[in-house]
Amino acid sequence: MDTPSGKLVRSHCVGTTAVVYASDYLNKLTGEKIERECRRQLNCGCRALVIDFSDTKLVNSIGVSILLGIIDVAEKCGARIAFSEVNNETVQLFEMLGLTRHVVLAKDEREALMNLSHYETTPIVH
Amino acid sequence: MEPSTQKLIHTFGALADLGQEIAGTGDFNEMVRTSMHMLLGTLALRRGAVVECTSDGPLRCAALWGLSDEMFDGFEIDDIEKQSFLERDPSGLLISDMSSSFINRHRDKLTAEGIELVLPMIVRGEVTGMVLLGGKASGEEFSEDDFETIRAMVRHIGVGIHTHRLLEQVAQRAEENRRLYEELRAIYRDTVRAFAAAIDIKDKYTQGHSERVGRYSEIIAREMGWSEEEVEGIQIAGYLHDIGKLIVDRDIINAPYNIDAKHSSELNRHPAAGYEILSPINHPYADIPLMAKYHHERLDGRGYPDGLTDEQIPMGAKIVSLADSFDAMTTDRPYRRRRSFEDVVRDLRENSGKQFDGKVVTAFARAMLKEVKGETKDRRITKMLGKTYLEGEQVPTLLTDLICDLEAGPQITQISQKKSV
Repeated sequence: MDTPSGKLVRSHCVGTTAVVYASDYLNKLTGEKIERECRRQLNCGCRALVIDFSDTKLVNSIGVSILLGIIDVAEKCGARIAFSEVNNETVQLFEMLGLTRHVVLAKDEREALMNLSHYETTPIVH
Repeated sequence: MEPSTQKLIHTFGALADLGQEIAGTGDFNEMVRTSMHMLLGTLALRRGAVVECTSDGPLRCAALWGLSDEMFDGFEIDDIEKQSFLERDPSGLLISDMSSSFINRHRDKLTAEGIELVLPMIVRGEVTGMVLLGGKASGEEFSEDDFETIRAMVRHIGVGIHTHRLLEQVAQRAEENRRLYEELRAIYRDTVRAFAAAIDIKDKYTQGHSERVGRYSEIIAREMGWSEEEVEGIQIAGYLHDIGKLIVDRDIINAPYNIDAKHSSELNRHPAAGYEILSPINHPYADIPLMAKYHHERLDGRGYPDGLTDEQIPMGAKIVSLADSFDAMTTDRPYRRRRSFEDVVRDLRENSGKQFDGKVVTAFARAMLKEVKGETKDRRITKMLGKTYLEGEQVPTLLTDLICDLEAGPQITQISQKKSV
């Protein structure tokens, strides 16, 4: 999916779980593209989302707002959501702001997929 | 790190980013959306919107997150409700604590969408819009500190929107002024062309002369690399160069033969008379009166009215002079047919450095050559001269030789002149 800067929001599917990479778009308006990609994946039948933070050093207020939008979209679709490879500082921020009440934190993508796998059900048909 | 310290750093960072965003000169909609994300992300609010008041009542949604567009259908505020926002203590943020008419009217819709806080944006004693905010992702109640943070950020956003709108208005006015100025210039140009037509009507043998001189002058100036503004100016000068003829007796202008010395002296008053007519007018272009005054000056000092020499003659007058002479040579007169192109080129070569500036002649020849070779889209010179005039096989060679000779300098020109003789 294209960002305004021409870069792609990287994502792929594992079963009915979509893995979306937050990368460095999250902390600016381009982060809205990540929310749109998550929405697209959910509309395509995904029942769970993994947001990978391996390339995200810090999350600012814009990033938090974008993530809350993703959480909102996922919850409205009845989908679960996991954050993977979040650094300690960001984990503390998410805990302080209450984001961790809505998501599963996982060490890495594999662990996130494992945590979510038992939740997978028949894909939603649109 | 203590959570309270971390919260402080996060909030402080957001406030700093918000200040920078609002002070920026970027796109208005992006500024509002970014500011809204900063506000929501500072306290992890799940949804929110920034709405602007419009002059006719409905509130316009400038940015929203976690809300549906439909929420804003029929969302409006009247002047009395705005006034009540101004009169009441704006610290009452929670919808549940507010009882204004606006909140009462929209309470159900706001609550259904999960909006908990409504903050009017008040700038310079005027309600410019409002910010709607949902609850915290943590599910916690809002603290007094949270309210302070929200109020501060909403004030920032309000000022930011107000400033951007003012800048937009300034830009809009500037654009309107620019358009008005363009219209005035167009009116000016049309008026000048009407004048040119009036000048030419006086001389039944040279109808369209001023218009053509204007166009030739424009073509030459453009070829010489003048700016668009300067090109427009010289075109006007070309249109008006003979305006002084308005004071010359019609019989002298229309004499079907070479006029005598007395009448010639009368006719030669027209450049200075043109200057007198044009000087009091505040033209949007520079030096138009001077170009009219000096269009009969010659580089060798034998021109009139002042007998100026090369460097003393403004370049614009040199261009108009060539355009004027070229048109005189290439149009029929009462006492002679127009001259062949070969003859005209010979005249230009012979008189370069004496009557005409070589650089001006070269530029004109180059412009004609481009047209003859089909290197330019428009065929303006051809149209003015008539289809067949530049069709001769020798025309490109004549022009190329002329350009080469003039660029090589006066000595070569003299040799060529001897050759052609």
